[in-house]
Amino acid sequence: MNPVFGKLTLEAIPYHEPIIMGAVAGMGLGVVAVFALITWLGRWKWLWTEYLTSVDHKRIGVMYVILGLVMLLRGFADAIMMRAQLALSYGANQGFLPPHHYDQVFSAHGVIMILFVAMPLVVGLMNIVVPLQIGARDVAFPFLNSLSFWLTFAGMVLVNTSLAIGEFAKTGWSAYPPLSEIAFSPGVGVDYYIWSLQISGMGTLLTAVNFLVTILKMRAPGMDLMKMPVFCWTALCTSTLIVASFPVLTGTLALLTLDRTLGMHFFTNDLGGEQMMYVNLFWTWGHPEVYILVLPAFGVFSEVIATFSRKPLFGYTSMVWATAAITFLSFVVWLHHFFTMGAGANVNAFFGIATMIIAVPTGVKMFNWLFTMYRGRLSLQVPVLWTLGFMVTFAIGGMTGVLMAMPGADFVLHNSLFLIAHFHNTIIGGVVFGMFAGFNYWFPKVTGFKLHEPLGKAAFWCWLIGFYVAFLPLYVLGFMGMTRRLNHIDNPDWRPWLLVAAAGAVIIAAGIGLQLLQIAYSIYKRDELRDTTGDPWDGRTLEWATASPPPFYNFAEVPAITGRDAWAAAKEGGLARQPAGPLQDIHMPRNTPAGFLIGLLSIGLGFGLIWYIWWLAIVSALAIFAVLLWRFFDEDTDYFVPAAAVAEIEGRA
Amino acid sequence: MSLRPGRLKTAFSAPFLALTTALLLGGCKLTLLDPKGPVGAGEKDLILISTGLMLLVVIPVIVLTLVFAWWFRASNTRATYRPKWAHSGRIEAVVWGVPLVIILILGTLAWTSTHRLDPYRPLAPADQTMVIEVVALDWKWLFLYPEAHIATVNEVAFPVGRAVEFRVTSDAVMNSFFIPGLGGQIYAMAGMQTKLHLLASEAGTFEGMSANYSGAGFSGMKFKAHALSQPEFAAWVARVRAAGRPLDGAAYAALAKPSSNNPVAYYAPADPALFDGLIEKYLGAPPASKSGKGHDMMHHGPGESGK
Amino acid sequence: MRIDLPGAYSLSAPRLAAHGHHGAAEQADRALFGFWLYLMSDCVLFGSVFATFAVLANNYAGGPTGRDIFNLDYVLVETFLLLVSSVTYGFVMLALHRSSRATVQLWLGVTFLLGLGFIGMELNEFHHLVAEGAGPQRSAFLSAFFTLVGTHGLHVTSGLVWMAVMMVQITRRGLGDAVARRLGLLSLFWHFLDIVWIGVFTLVYLMGVL
Repeated sequence: MNPVFGKLTLEAIPYHEPIIMGAVAGMGLGVVAVFALITWLGRWKWLWTEYLTSVDHKRIGVMYVILGLVMLLRGFADAIMMRAQLALSYGANQGFLPPHHYDQVFSAHGVIMILFVAMPLVVGLMNIVVPLQIGARDVAFPFLNSLSFWLTFAGMVLVNTSLAIGEFAKTGWSAYPPLSEIAFSPGVGVDYYIWSLQISGMGTLLTAVNFLVTILKMRAPGMDLMKMPVFCWTALCTSTLIVASFPVLTGTLALLTLDRTLGMHFFTNDLGGEQMMYVNLFWTWGHPEVYILVLPAFGVFSEVIATFSRKPLFGYTSMVWATAAITFLSFVVWLHHFFTMGAGANVNAFFGIATMIIAVPTGVKMFNWLFTMYRGRLSLQVPVLWTLGFMVTFAIGGMTGVLMAMPGADFVLHNSLFLIAHFHNTIIGGVVFGMFAGFNYWFPKVTGFKLHEPLGKAAFWCWLIGFYVAFLPLYVLGFMGMTRRLNHIDNPDWRPWLLVAAAGAVIIAAGIGLQLLQIAYSIYKRDELRDTTGDPWDGRTLEWATASPPPFYNFAEVPAITGRDAWAAAKEGGLARQPAGPLQDIHMPRNTPAGFLIGLLSIGLGFGLIWYIWWLAIVSALAIFAVLLWRFFDEDTDYFVPAAAVAEIEGRA
Repeated sequence: MSLRPGRLKTAFSAPFLALTTALLLGGCKLTLLDPKGPVGAGEKDLILISTGLMLLVVIPVIVLTLVFAWWFRASNTRATYRPKWAHSGRIEAVVWGVPLVIILILGTLAWTSTHRLDPYRPLAPADQTMVIEVVALDWKWLFLYPEAHIATVNEVAFPVGRAVEFRVTSDAVMNSFFIPGLGGQIYAMAGMQTKLHLLASEAGTFEGMSANYSGAGFSGMKFKAHALSQPEFAAWVARVRAAGRPLDGAAYAALAKPSSNNPVAYYAPADPALFDGLIEKYLGAPPASKSGKGHDMMHHGPGESGK
Repeated sequence: MRIDLPGAYSLSAPRLAAHGHHGAAEQADRALFGFWLYLMSDCVLFGSVFATFAVLANNYAGGPTGRDIFNLDYVLVETFLLLVSSVTYGFVMLALHRSSRATVQLWLGVTFLLGLGFIGMELNEFHHLVAEGAGPQRSAFLSAFFTLVGTHGLHVTSGLVWMAVMMVQITRRGLGDAVARRLGLLSLFWHFLDIVWIGVFTLVYLMGVL
């Protein structure tokens, strides 16, 4: 192997693949265009001081959301390619994606949508909202928060690099061995998978620790846990799940790495390896992961439905207990991902029933949202539409999920398109709709102006209709015995349904187009859409008690809390925005480039490890250590904003 | 509690089936809802009964969502508005109770049906069961008939009405052995043996496939499963024997090399010890006392040492 | 053109010296809790590696077993070094409470050397095993053994690096709030590794030989 370039040669660039090169060129042009725009606007210094080096949770949240939305486009492009391939590839026609390309596309689609779209959107909303909702000035460890984001960013860069240099995994997003072992996947694809997940996973773990401490230690005085907004509860449970499950993923991928690079035998076919152990470990993380994603979405719906019904959430206590129950149960159901591995009937039945029990707290949540609307004054704005769309769609997805939890039914539904329809039904209907509801709901808080309503509604209807047109056929195809991950079919009965599904994907594409238009048009019309009150929806929780966008310290005075829905209570009591006393100096963290630098160096570290360019990996690791040391010895990490400066910002001078 | 699938079936599955049939256009074959064997039939009933039970909650939820959202819309001044109303013990009891009851019923059903439909449960006494050994290769299926000493690739046949015990392993990556028209599937894993019991109650040809993605040739990893009458089956065996080449070490090595979209191939004679040998070769030269430990270990539950 | 996205507001607050000890206790409390949470996640990581070892513990694949390769006496000395280093780290914390800088440095140095001895012995053991043909590639059991013991060893090594950095920091800064906080976290980390080692010793070595 070449000591300078490792396994990397010019052959690694797929210049003979027009589709890939087109995508690479598109991505490259996009990056160049963004750089040119920043230069043209003279915004480099602004970008550096206000975003790249920022430790402000709101800025970090915004960066997460942007990352998630950009990657949504990438993941969706993969989806369109899959649907197009399956619409074309019938009989003698092999379609336009040969297996070695198609297999990368569906693997990348899964990894990107779950870890680089859903996760950043969830973490982004948590970042923006949680400290505001609990009346805190920032998260517990602002530098770690910045570091978390830049590690996620590094993972994202590695995933995208795999498009241009080398290949991505051809193993499916779960990378089961022995297929993912070096004997069957000798290329760098699996290594790209491993290292992008390891690096971004580290960021996710740090985020979870950060939010646990923030929520448990930094709530405004008077806010007991049972007075916390439900979104914070879901953030708390999600963080708990992350801390308890992500290390398992880290460990599992590390063992796979040892197999691949050092020739060990954890999951190999020979010399005592146990492939079943990987599957168990993977889903010990993988199942909680889906609840990591969906719980915060449940939190968003709870906030939205209460605010727009103009009454408190029905059954708050039930809601909290239901969330906690789901958190616990999500750890004892992982085996339902492989009833067909041959475990005994007792084991299968146990895990099947445990899975079904999750339907109880989830059902309770459904009913609580229903009864929040009951005797309310529901204003049918965009976040509410997403919520209603979710309730209808998720009810169906939950039902098909319980059906698959029945081992006897799963024996024929497992790995079929029914399964694909089910989890898209819950992830799109649950997580994605939730994130869009949250995006529309909190956008004015972050920017100071609302999103354009008619365009938002149009986007919603395209998504909702597109979803059903795209995924109901997959349920049918599952019943027709079509399995997942096929890239060519010759069964004439399947074909019409695949064509309908492809049409559904086009309708969703229109929805995404309308969303992009909505954002662009809203920025263009921002003066008309401006909200000067800081509380455009007549909100109930503390984030609406401060200006939009909030000052960097969030609250000039830390609010005192006496009950749930603190801001609604304050408005009722006429206490809203009344100065509580003389302003005081505010203690704030100072910006630092350390997180950004470590993120960039992690790209080098990952790239070196993927391509066996050992010098690059070692130099990057040492440089990361040096940055950490520098941070360790830096004493100037925080400062005080004098009361006079706060008064000036607040217009009280 | 008398959870007789038969009775529940008539209560729930009839309207659901009618609905499904009405929704789906003619000419569309729902393989899973038209099974040709007792295993698939049991799975179909289970799917219909569970779906029916769940619809008892899901339909009201969907209807109430739409009704509440419409009736309590902000512009409807006729609707009651109770801005403080956020708790009702009675409603909470119902919203916890109803799902709990449904899940209790479903859970009971899950327990009994999982045991009844366990792929390891024999469908007939051993002397009336036919054993077929299945090996997943990159990317084709090899079927070994230990009694007839024949082997086939991407085609399997068995007599109608005869219980079949498929013993499944892999000599490459993980696959899943699946014949949707008969019901059930089971993973194929190297160094291990899993089992799937099936029975075809009608003659016919069924699609078989791998349900677990296994790499580049996965889409072409299909086979035909023929359920034949006894004389037809005997003729089929004779045909394989006549047309087949011997499956010796060299022939197997050539077959095991990765290849896609393989045509049907016949082998005779086939070494009856081949299957066990394929499993044992992964055990890494264990001490003599340990040989054969690879059999059936999976059935004690995953995560356990299977070798 | 002015884009009114977040970030349009900006404040160049005057740099102020930290106002005395305001918030130091609060910060230490958060750091301790956060670090404890991290240790819990590390516990889960070790848990999965332990579980892996338990699953693979008999998958010798014809290679050597635990009885063939473990030297319990040798490992007992290793264990002793690590356990004593936990005690000496306790002396670090006692000296810290007395604010005795020299004593803190002394015990940190002793702890460091004990930890270094532990790592040295472990590397020596690994080296011998590999030389005898009982390397991690030989069987699943050996893969799991090297990985479990090695994961612990890597943790101890990072603890040693941290300790060295602390000694430099104390030399340059003395025992301030930040240093005291970090010594407290390192203490938690070091004792945690001790507990993990007890698990490794019992599950891997004792049960492997018995």
